Amino acid sequence: MIAETAHGLGELVEQVTGFIYPNEIEIHWSILIVVYPYVTGLVAGAFILASLVKVFNVKAVQPTYRLALLTALGFLLVAPLPLLLHLGRPERFYEILLTPNVTSAMAMFGFVYAWYLMGVLLLEIWFEYRRDLIVLGRQTRAPLSWLYRALSLFSHDTSPRALAFDHRATTAITIVGIPSAFLLHGYVGFIFGSVKANPWWGSVLMPIVFLMSAIVSGIALVILLYMVVTAVRREPIDMPCLDTITSYLFYAVIVDFALEALDFIHRLYQSEESVKILGKLITHKLFMSLFVMQILIGMFIPLGVLVLAKAHRFNDDLRKLLYFTAVILIQIGIFSTRWNVVIGGQLFSKSFRGLMSYKMEVMGIEGLATALAVLALPFVVLAVLIRLLPTKPVPETSA
Amino acid sequence: MNKRDFLKGMVLFFPAGGLLELVRDAAAKETTATPAEPKKANGTYRPDDHYYGMGIEIDKCIGCNRCVEACKAENDVPREPFFFRTWVERYVIRRDGEVTVENISVGARPPEPSVDREVVRTFFVPKLCNHCANPPCVQVCPVGATFSTKDGAVLVDKARCVGCRYCIQACPYGARYLHPTTRTADKCTFCYHRLVRGLMPACVEACPTQARVFGDLRSKASRLVRFTRMNKIHVLKPNLNTEPKVYYAQLDGEVR
Repeated sequence: MIAETAHGLGELVEQVTGFIYPNEIEIHWSILIVVYPYVTGLVAGAFILASLVKVFNVKAVQPTYRLALLTALGFLLVAPLPLLLHLGRPERFYEILLTPNVTSAMAMFGFVYAWYLMGVLLLEIWFEYRRDLIVLGRQTRAPLSWLYRALSLFSHDTSPRALAFDHRATTAITIVGIPSAFLLHGYVGFIFGSVKANPWWGSVLMPIVFLMSAIVSGIALVILLYMVVTAVRREPIDMPCLDTITSYLFYAVIVDFALEALDFIHRLYQSEESVKILGKLITHKLFMSLFVMQILIGMFIPLGVLVLAKAHRFNDDLRKLLYFTAVILIQIGIFSTRWNVVIGGQLFSKSFRGLMSYKMEVMGIEGLATALAVLALPFVVLAVLIRLLPTKPVPETSA
Repeated sequence: MNKRDFLKGMVLFFPAGGLLELVRDAAAKETTATPAEPKKANGTYRPDDHYYGMGIEIDKCIGCNRCVEACKAENDVPREPFFFRTWVERYVIRRDGEVTVENISVGARPPEPSVDREVVRTFFVPKLCNHCANPPCVQVCPVGATFSTKDGAVLVDKARCVGCRYCIQACPYGARYLHPTTRTADKCTFCYHRLVRGLMPACVEACPTQARVFGDLRSKASRLVRFTRMNKIHVLKPNLNTEPKVYYAQLDGEVR
């Protein structure tokens, strides 16, 4: 074990420029920790999009409501996996739930996660689907009908009064859910933003920036999934819905960009002790991932594409193509944002005198293959969820 | 004959001692293999009575690295040059303000700098965990595996650590690493196993110039308290409010 680690680190030594503390050679938070905030961001963003329907009564985005909820669930179920795989001693993960240290931001993970999963998302999905689960329980044959009955928790009341209650419940849960979604992802930002030892992370804006980029990525993902799902089902896309969501996406990207720009300008203007090394960091180590991937490809180009799609009265097909391009680019951009925060924050020495390098493994447990698998898994979960839980209300006809 | 050897002899002298050894398992053997004297010290050691810190006199450090060697040997720190509980940095400051910092404890020692008229100051700085009174690593540990002791040491419980490495990120001094064998966080303990037996940390004992001064801040008569009284003292990164308990005398402003 020691020899393996040492061999890997030996290669990195040659890439160090300037002076670093000797223990800093190892980059501890790897690609998996990049995946984690990316995935939770998608959860929070998708949920907030869903809440537009219930709380703000935006009827135009109704076709994506259930898809957004299921997307949030699919990704939330996978969110702890990268964290677990990254632990040095994964078999002890339960310690964080049994003996959480109350002063640790990270220890709150269990509580925030459990609350969001069980107090918000599952509850809202259950109330939203209760009627459909009952209907499906009647329409399908065993053993599937058993599953639906179990999922409906053996309720069978589909009277108008009960359905009205379901509706009120989903609205109430969504109202609680919005601050909860903010908490879920703002808290991830806080984990980074509260590290005073690291000037790249330590910023009060971090939770807000995380949140805004989460909304951007979540909305973009739901648009992407909506387009893919309708294409697979050979159904027509609801264009007013798509136009409305992409407008929200456009404004979210603008706000996200404004916040990131504010953070950047603030650091530059304050010009603290760390400004020189951070300057070197972004020009030497993060040029590609920050300026090219995150800002140019992930923000400016999709903004331009969205403006183009909105300004001209293109036909539906061309608009779809433009939207599709924009949401893909935005996903790349937000993933780069996570990369720049997590990996970028570990590429400079806390002595502010040198830069390190990160060499990503390909096959190792913390390598690229695992990261891709973890990123693919939510889509598999989502596919199962969509099969089980239809994204459109089930008609009440006897099978 | 020192006390240790004397006690070893005593154990061998009484056959009962030998018999006892036979029936004990391997773990118990380890404790009986060490002399009985520390056991006694253990029994009487009271953490409340002490509050430890370390003083470092920059001008006395000759950069011999014996502290680093002693630490690695004493604490089973991996020999590979990427894991350090303590290390020594060399600073060379030139007239034009250029500062060259090198870690002289890593691998092959870097060549000596040519000291010409352009060099205005050179010095060595031993580094280690600062055993902060307000430690960010303890604050962030999600499971409470890293903790402050009453006697002023910051320790890691390797049986509880989950290896999330948040503490490594939170330490402003780069004093922590992930032990490649245990896969848990590891760092300087002030040689806590020695302290409770009334011994000095290995690095302090090995230092040939007494550049490292260890002592009890509770005791006015301790060497450390005298050291802090007789020198102008500075700590590393005071702006972060970590309240380090490693006190440097003659510390240059270039040192971070």
